Amino acid sequence: MQPFLTLVRRELGSCYVSLIGYVIVAAVQFLLGLSFVIVLRALVNKPFDVPVTEAFFNNGLFWLVMLLAPPIITMRTFALEKYSGTYETLMTTPVGDFQVVLAKFTGALCFFMSAWLPLLAYPFLLKRFSVDLSLVDTGAVGGTFTGIFLFGALYISLGCFASSLTRNQIIAAMLAIVFGLGLFLLSYLTFIIPPKPGWQSAALQHVSMIEHMRDFTRGTVDTRHVAYYLSLTALFLFLTLKVVESRRWK
Amino acid sequence: MSATPMIEVENLTKRYGGRAAVRDLTFTVQRGEIVGFLGQNGAGKTTTMRMLSCFMPATSGTARVAGFDVFTQADEVRRRIGYMPEGNPLHLEMRVREYLKFRARLKGLSVGRSRDRVDIVTEQCGLGDVANKVIGTLSGGYRQRVGLADALVHEPELIILDEPTKNLDAHLTRAVRQLIKDVSKDRTVFISSHLLPEVELTCTRVIIIHQGAIRESGTLDELQRKMSAGQQVIAELAAPVPDLREAWERMAEVEHFDISAAEGSFHRCSLTPRAGVDLRSQVFELAKSRGWQLRELTRTRHSLEDIFVHVTKREQEEG
Repeated sequence: MQPFLTLVRRELGSCYVSLIGYVIVAAVQFLLGLSFVIVLRALVNKPFDVPVTEAFFNNGLFWLVMLLAPPIITMRTFALEKYSGTYETLMTTPVGDFQVVLAKFTGALCFFMSAWLPLLAYPFLLKRFSVDLSLVDTGAVGGTFTGIFLFGALYISLGCFASSLTRNQIIAAMLAIVFGLGLFLLSYLTFIIPPKPGWQSAALQHVSMIEHMRDFTRGTVDTRHVAYYLSLTALFLFLTLKVVESRRWK
Repeated sequence: MSATPMIEVENLTKRYGGRAAVRDLTFTVQRGEIVGFLGQNGAGKTTTMRMLSCFMPATSGTARVAGFDVFTQADEVRRRIGYMPEGNPLHLEMRVREYLKFRARLKGLSVGRSRDRVDIVTEQCGLGDVANKVIGTLSGGYRQRVGLADALVHEPELIILDEPTKNLDAHLTRAVRQLIKDVSKDRTVFISSHLLPEVELTCTRVIIIHQGAIRESGTLDELQRKMSAGQQVIAELAAPVPDLREAWERMAEVEHFDISAAEGSFHRCSLTPRAGVDLRSQVFELAKSRGWQLRELTRTRHSLEDIFVHVTKREQEEG
């Protein structure tokens, strides 16, 4: 446990001492702020029939952040250590491979979530300055954060996996973006393919992240969605572990 | 202190694809020894060290550190070794103290213990002045010390250093070498190097590896003795070159000679004897009978470099 916590601390620390960490935080804040403004302007002009959180996520900027931030956060996890050689010093300490993988994942996920924290201020801002106090529902905010967390966990684990495959950070980021985007674009199949009764449509509904996020932002935390994200996260962590272990395959 | 050797390597082989980086390595390092692992670039030094430090497995053969198998009991082995890989990779964005503490904690030391140990190694490696500096801003010599301090921080029984003085200038090399000597007093040290003076000055025993196989191993004295068969005699004589040439050609015990001009009428002759004969008395007799002035007559001791070149050349000729 001790080496795990030590590693998580270092992973988090390395995010906050590097310029790239602050660039990510700044970019996320900028894009989220922009979405907030867009949502606000929409609110001012006409009555809103969907929760504010849903309007917020329906914005393209939200997805831009969701899809781009994790690969950039995770690209360094393994690739940089392999490139600089510190991977060798790390892997020759009495720390298990699984601890290393889990620590890198946890560190990156904590950093990712910390970039979203200022979002919590938005509901308060809304409440403070709007007449209609029922506008922001705590459940919806909680659901949104659960969704962001689950989505983040999946994409961070995917990013870790991509990073473990190479020693080049750029390649790691590209791989993660391509995989991630591919996974996300499955959502659009539900829009493109005309819905017809049958298992195909049902299956597509289940992998549609846009659908998932709509539920989350409405405050509905569906266990099916939770299971979907958690199992995929576990899968990618498992694959990462196997890549890390492959060094010791004969 | 138990009697098990610190390192026991038996028939260790590592293949990358079809090519063997290390072939059938067998050697033992006793506790308390400082062993130099000498070889040209690409001889298999780093591969061997990576296998010993449990970073990669061997294709076949076994290696044990302090009695623990490096493959099946990797955690036990890792706890007992301080390993500094080639190129001394460090987290450049961290501060020296912070880094050492991180490493100490990673190696399982408690908070209090890691604080004490970091204080000790900081002192030991002369890092007191730079303890709060960012590693990336330090010079090569200091970085090397940080790497060494990291290898020492958990009080390992065995220290494995891969090319510890690579890319350092002469002054820093000397400082780092002294540091290695200091820390090796109560530990076993296994150093790899392609630099001969390095090994000659620090190590008690040398293992020479060439093209993935051990060519020679022993203390420096043992190697000297083995090589003494080919010890050269240097003679400086005042005589014309043709006369000298003729005299050496006639002397049956001289296998090979080399004449170069020295100051004045003197010429410096390096004579390689056949079958380990000591040529000195013969040379003296010759000079006396010809009436040549003789101002130097010595038998060279082989430097490690000669031994190394000899050993690796033999291999190339055989190959």
